[in-house]
Amino acid sequence: MAEPVKLFGVWASPFSWRVETALKLKGVKYEFIEEDLTNKSDLLVKYNPVHKKIPVLLHKGKPICESLVILEYIDETWKGISILPEDPYERAIARFWAKFIDEKCNHALWTACWSKDNEQEKAIEEACEFLKTLETQLKGNKFFGGETIGFVDIVANFIGFWLGIIQEAVGLELLTVEKFPNLCKWIDNYVNCPVIKANLPPRDELLAYFKARQQPPTGPKY
Amino acid sequence: MAATTTSSDVKLIGGWPSPFVMRPRIALNIKSVGYEFLQEQLGSKSELLLKSNPVHKKIPVLIHGDRPICESLVIVQYIDAVWASGPSILPSDPYDCATARFWAAYIDDKWFPSLSGIAKAQGEEAQKAALDQVVEGLVLLEDAFVKCSKGKAFFGGDTIGYLDIALGCYLGWIRVTENMNNRKLLDEAKTPNLVTWADKFCSDGSVKDVMPETDKLAEFAKVLMAKFRAPPPN
Repeated sequence: MAEPVKLFGVWASPFSWRVETALKLKGVKYEFIEEDLTNKSDLLVKYNPVHKKIPVLLHKGKPICESLVILEYIDETWKGISILPEDPYERAIARFWAKFIDEKCNHALWTACWSKDNEQEKAIEEACEFLKTLETQLKGNKFFGGETIGFVDIVANFIGFWLGIIQEAVGLELLTVEKFPNLCKWIDNYVNCPVIKANLPPRDELLAYFKARQQPPTGPKY
Repeated sequence: MAATTTSSDVKLIGGWPSPFVMRPRIALNIKSVGYEFLQEQLGSKSELLLKSNPVHKKIPVLIHGDRPICESLVIVQYIDAVWASGPSILPSDPYDCATARFWAAYIDDKWFPSLSGIAKAQGEEAQKAALDQVVEGLVLLEDAFVKCSKGKAFFGGDTIGYLDIALGCYLGWIRVTENMNNRKLLDEAKTPNLVTWADKFCSDGSVKDVMPETDKLAEFAKVLMAKFRAPPPN
């Protein structure tokens, strides 16, 4: 009998979504435990005492934290579709871009969406530079992973889905088809990819979620 | 049968003071892989660096054959995978591996910024708060060490592993900071296991030739601080 798998997350979070997508790609059954981040559960604090954040994957009673760490754990633990490339060089490239997207891009994009005036202008400029880098990296490929989605595509989910919704919620036009045709094509491929499409949170609910907030939810990693 | 790697196959662009550069150097030493060390000069970036790491323009960059790999921990994992017949750097068990990756991310994302925050702190109170924060982080890592090492000498067990490399590379800078601020960061009272670990790490065969001497590093730190504290041009 398979050991139970639990995932502590938030329906609106791009970070717990990454883990759900990876589990679904591998065909792993799991129980999703919705956290209220304004009132964190004792279990969440027990399983992630260092950061007290979602997502947390619980497997065989042991917690794994940090979405990128969890993705690699899932890939190493369960057979089936490979999330990371087999070849060590391709794997290094994938890890490089995942780090770039997670640390540089997402942070700049988040700031660009939620800041005001001068800070926003600066953030938009920075975000555009990072998006240009990704635009070039795509090189007209269907996905960052090539013909099929992979590690980098999963990690780029904020750009793939959340960004468009937040842009609409705050009235910002950052990622346009004129400036970033490759990225826009990638987004189209992404949201229509069956495993992604079946797993995305409802667009209108997510839009309402972000519109309802004058302030952004606490920081990029919530 | 894998071809023997000659040192011309492997180049590392870096600098002797950088803890990030030390990481792949230790990894290559663990695997007994020879390499050409191409040192960058402070204040300028070589054509090769700019070409090999156009996104970040930073060291370290490993060039294997003619392919560049960037980001220190990405490089360490690459080295571990490519030279698989050598001693393992990452744990084989996926959960232990996840634990090592988690703490390495904590060290780089949370703990190291607190260490570099000390130099930026203005005034005695801010400096003390910054130093306290670093110690708090080390106390967490002390706990992690006890759990990961399972009674052995290193985070990785009997031999140096991923998490040892991730934290150990900062030991030179920890010592420089301790001397500059006249305060122990790694001390017997709060982090006894890490104190013992630090000595073993620094005297390990794969580390001792690449760990800079504290005096040399302190001199370099002065040069660096002078550069950053220089008044901006009018």
